[in-house]
Amino acid sequence: MTTKPTLNGLPAVELRNVYKTYPAGRSEHEVAAVNGVNLSLLSGEFFTLLGPSGCGKTTSLRMIAGFETPTAGEVFIQGQPMSHVPPYRRPVNTVFQNYALFPHLTIEKNVAFGLTVQKVPKAEQQRRVREALELVRLPTVGQRKPTQLSGGQQQRVALARALINRPAVLLLDEPLGALDYKLRQAMQLELKALQHEVGITFVYVTHDQEEALTMSDRIAVMSAGKVLQIGTPIEIYERPNCRFVANFIGETNFLDGRVTRTNGNRCTVQVADGLEVSGSNYSAAAVGDQVTVSIRPEKIRIHESRPEPQPNLFEVAVDRVAYIGSDTQLFMTMPYGAKVRVYDQNELSTVDENYFYAAGDQAWISWRPENALVLKD
Amino acid sequence: MRRGKLTSFNFWYFVLFTAALYLPILLLIVFSFNDAQALIFPLQGFTTRWYGEMVRSTELVGSVWHSIVMGVLSSLAATILGTMAAIGVVRYKFPGRGLFVAVAAMPLVIPYVVLAVAMLLLFSQLNIPLSLWTVGLGHVIINIPLVLLIVAARLIGMEKNLEEAAMDLGATYWSTLLRVTLPIAFPAMVAAFLTSFTTSFDEFALAFFLIGPEPTLPVYIYSQLRFPSRLPIVVTMASVIMVASVLMIVFSEYVRHWGSAPARSRSEGAP
Repeated sequence: MTTKPTLNGLPAVELRNVYKTYPAGRSEHEVAAVNGVNLSLLSGEFFTLLGPSGCGKTTSLRMIAGFETPTAGEVFIQGQPMSHVPPYRRPVNTVFQNYALFPHLTIEKNVAFGLTVQKVPKAEQQRRVREALELVRLPTVGQRKPTQLSGGQQQRVALARALINRPAVLLLDEPLGALDYKLRQAMQLELKALQHEVGITFVYVTHDQEEALTMSDRIAVMSAGKVLQIGTPIEIYERPNCRFVANFIGETNFLDGRVTRTNGNRCTVQVADGLEVSGSNYSAAAVGDQVTVSIRPEKIRIHESRPEPQPNLFEVAVDRVAYIGSDTQLFMTMPYGAKVRVYDQNELSTVDENYFYAAGDQAWISWRPENALVLKD
Repeated sequence: MRRGKLTSFNFWYFVLFTAALYLPILLLIVFSFNDAQALIFPLQGFTTRWYGEMVRSTELVGSVWHSIVMGVLSSLAATILGTMAAIGVVRYKFPGRGLFVAVAAMPLVIPYVVLAVAMLLLFSQLNIPLSLWTVGLGHVIINIPLVLLIVAARLIGMEKNLEEAAMDLGATYWSTLLRVTLPIAFPAMVAAFLTSFTTSFDEFALAFFLIGPEPTLPVYIYSQLRFPSRLPIVVTMASVIMVASVLMIVFSEYVRHWGSAPARSRSEGAP
């Protein structure tokens, strides 16, 4: 039962110009947690709100769940305005960061909670609890109490408890945050598979870019209460639309400069006297604009000797070499003093000989213009 | 620091301390089985007749009954009101919350005698006749802060978003209260009730001032001290109450820890 995200019909969730400000208590200024957010989620998609802590992603999620009321704007779920709908009458369910399992109830009663309050007949409750626990691959723990389960198991129970109500939208608030690294990775794949299986719209909140890239159909990157960019993981990583997004997702090098020539999507940026970089311009930068050029460290090629002339070729000094297993990271200085980091994949085993580059060496680096993004800020 | 070694000073201090605390109580129990009216040594032989007389004394048994009924009713009222106050204070932020807590906790620091005189004045101004009800009202007031503190401690220890989780799953405010908040607070409420009852059962100052024609047990015992012939019965009663109170406190402490989770194993272990 795989459903592709579609734009057919109404968006599963829509935030229209939503603000949330908190009165600031004793200080003068009020705090804007969410500052004019517009989002439109397709039915059946895995949508992630990604950003550093305090960016408003959890507040946005809580407004969809109904635990917070927008100060201005409106939240729609399946086309219905939600201002006056309490949490218990919204077709959404939440998986909480700390799982929030009821400590006084068994796992079975925890999972059945939603059905019990809706007075679903006992026989149907039992059947659906069994199905839900099988779905999260925990068919035998029904009689135990939450404290008798490991973190990963509690996580799955929380998932089963939220899914048993068959919500239109499942909200997940950093659900993997408390798990250790290996388990987190395993759960990422499992969550994605589960989402395909049940075909429910997932709204996932995280500050972990790897989690977001691995699981999402689309990501909204947030900062300071605003949505900066919405796109697929590839779009977000390969075509960040601003300096913050380029910096927050993955690693990158920034070169500051001024636009000297433009030609369609290509433009030339002067980064120092007599030193020009050519890059791709998707942000409508015009001649004379102050811009930042972003180049990912893995997209830079290293040459041990001077190669044939080509665009974006620079002679550099190697400052430091760090071997990190899959890659070697090289820290370099451009002729005019700018620092550049380069990731060189370790194709060959270098145990028996010294690595080709060492601090103090001279080298050449180059990159293709399409891998250098010109960002207006 | 020396450990595990009991110096002779420590040892004798401990013996003296324990003796001062428990010898009078032990004597009480010993004399309740002594076959003589005067509470003096040497002991005159073993008897259970004081226990028999105690049970046959209708006034005494009546006063025990008054104390129990009044204690149960006032403790129930205090538990309900105190729990409501605890939920309000812990779960909601409202203007004047600090003041509310301070006012609710005031009876803990006001001397009972002062409170008793104040209530006596109030009741006589309002022409309310003194009775077990007026004593019960006094006991509700002194027990609310106890309940508030015991139940609030439990609610503060409860994970914050359990109630949100319940509402998220479709439970209304009242359903959440009945299915999540109160069940989790329940052991604390039982403990608070038992503590309130013990306080009410022992309480003398308020009862002495606010009592009508039917005495509570402490008031009755005090009234009997004038008659030497009644002394052994009073001593016997005191022994019984002593033992019952200890049992109840032990039980209440046991109940208070029901359902408190042991240390959590959250992020460890395989799925």
